[in-house]
Amino acid sequence: MSRWSLRLWIAFLILPAAAVMVVFVVVPIVTALAYSLYAWHGSARAGFVGLDNFRVVLTEQPYAGWTLRAFWHNVIVFVSLMLAQNGTAFFIAYGLLKTLPGHRFHQVAVFLPVILSTVIIGALWKLLLNPIFGLVNNGLTAIGLGSLAQPWLGQESTALGSLIFVNAWHWVGFPALLFLAGMQRIPKEVLEAARLDGAGDGVLMRRIIWPLVAPAATIAVLLMFIGSFNWFELPYVMTGLDGSPGGATDVLGLYFYRTAFGGVTSGLQDFGRGSALAVLMFLFIIAVSILFTRMLRRREIEV
Amino acid sequence: MGGERAKIVFIQLLLAFNTLLMLYPIVAMLLSAFKPTAEIYATPFALPQEWRLDNFAQIWTGTNFPRYLLNSAIITATSTASILIFGTMAAYGLARYQFRGNEVIYLFFLSGLMVPLKLAIIPLFIQLRDLDLLDSRLGMVCVYTAMGLPSAVFILTGFLRSLPGELEQSARIDGASEARIMWSIMLPLTRPALVIAGIHNAVPIWNDFFFPLVFIQSDPLKTLPQGLTVFMGEYNTDWGVLFAGLTIAALPITIIYIVLSKQFIAGMTHGAIK
Repeated sequence: MSRWSLRLWIAFLILPAAAVMVVFVVVPIVTALAYSLYAWHGSARAGFVGLDNFRVVLTEQPYAGWTLRAFWHNVIVFVSLMLAQNGTAFFIAYGLLKTLPGHRFHQVAVFLPVILSTVIIGALWKLLLNPIFGLVNNGLTAIGLGSLAQPWLGQESTALGSLIFVNAWHWVGFPALLFLAGMQRIPKEVLEAARLDGAGDGVLMRRIIWPLVAPAATIAVLLMFIGSFNWFELPYVMTGLDGSPGGATDVLGLYFYRTAFGGVTSGLQDFGRGSALAVLMFLFIIAVSILFTRMLRRREIEV
Repeated sequence: MGGERAKIVFIQLLLAFNTLLMLYPIVAMLLSAFKPTAEIYATPFALPQEWRLDNFAQIWTGTNFPRYLLNSAIITATSTASILIFGTMAAYGLARYQFRGNEVIYLFFLSGLMVPLKLAIIPLFIQLRDLDLLDSRLGMVCVYTAMGLPSAVFILTGFLRSLPGELEQSARIDGASEARIMWSIMLPLTRPALVIAGIHNAVPIWNDFFFPLVFIQSDPLKTLPQGLTVFMGEYNTDWGVLFAGLTIAALPITIIYIVLSKQFIAGMTHGAIK
């Protein structure tokens, strides 16, 4: 084959994929930045306004208050999920590592919700959490804890917590099997030798298991962070686009969507402010992700 | 050894409790799908008094569900196929040939893994509007293909690089064309990686809700998760039908998952492991 036709062949292989990426990833990302610098009448572009859209969403009331409240909710979601989802996942992985009878079944069960759509999970739990007919309150009453039964999604004090629980239930299998894969790379001989030397579970965990799971944990934390700050589908399905009740479940994803495409009550679209919010979220996620990876990598090496 | 024994029992109990917590809501959904709404309200924990298919019949004939199911199947199959075709081509070019710029192009694809494409929804919306691809299945396929290519290129390039070069070399000496070598010698060996890359992309596409929510407006084009939200609103007091709808929506992928659980777990956690 001649040099030229080989080049042509390689170009034929790579160009279609590269073209799709340029048209549907590179161009949109670059233009997102540009769009945030213009005024928009709904979805039609008007004049250049510089950083005005950013000023409005960050400093002008009531927008700034909404931005801050949504951001704060995302922080709560991230921190709680770290504990509830990744924490539980770690213990499940440790339990599965023992390969006790039935471990394969437990593994398939814990991963089952992971493969289902958030819409199915959200709709199902919305029915289960129904204050009158839902299984959760009925179950509490049945075991004599009827006093704990409450309108989980309907009151401000429990709505966000309920969503966090459902999210953890939905995804816990993912980090669990990540951690398990990390733990399984530890050679059996190493564990046995350590045990023979009289190392207890605590020492094993600290000295051998944790350092070897750390790379998987880095990724789990990173994915959790990105997921928490992109959170949209579950609150949309369970508590609605307005983040009801009273904005108690409003997060950046919902707020961004409402700003850009219009809410339930107001059909007002504003692509300018929406783009400004998207750019801010994008920069925040990328910056923290890079910082995270650096920090956690360094700690892994130290351990 | 009594302590060890007690610990194992303890772990086993915790795992069993967790599995119950994971499965019970799904079992309850399935059982409720066979009950009339009044029975769900009256005896939520009991087995159905009678295994009636009325709720399912209502969905199959009275709603657009079959249509949503078909749309999801078409979009998922087409997107996954184009991700695998374009992804394999690009990965093959990057993995099996040395040329200037190879590494840069590989990094270009990889950088796509880091981008939360959801946040580019406004420019994507305008892009599709300008290309006249809004409210069309083809538009969805384009976006999903772009979204899936980075991971497919990543998985397949890694795999193709690990294949030995001897077969390829001897075929080349025998005078086989590059296309022939790729198609008849290398690609058959790539099948396991194709399965991983396929599942890795098909499951999130099948389940996706965000992009159809923004891009698809007309009801006959809606996907299953999107149609499900419409249907939840319409039938919000008819719980029997609601549970049956959720069951039908969950059924196809659950069955495939139970049969192929190993590949599913490997496919979905791939990239995060290693």
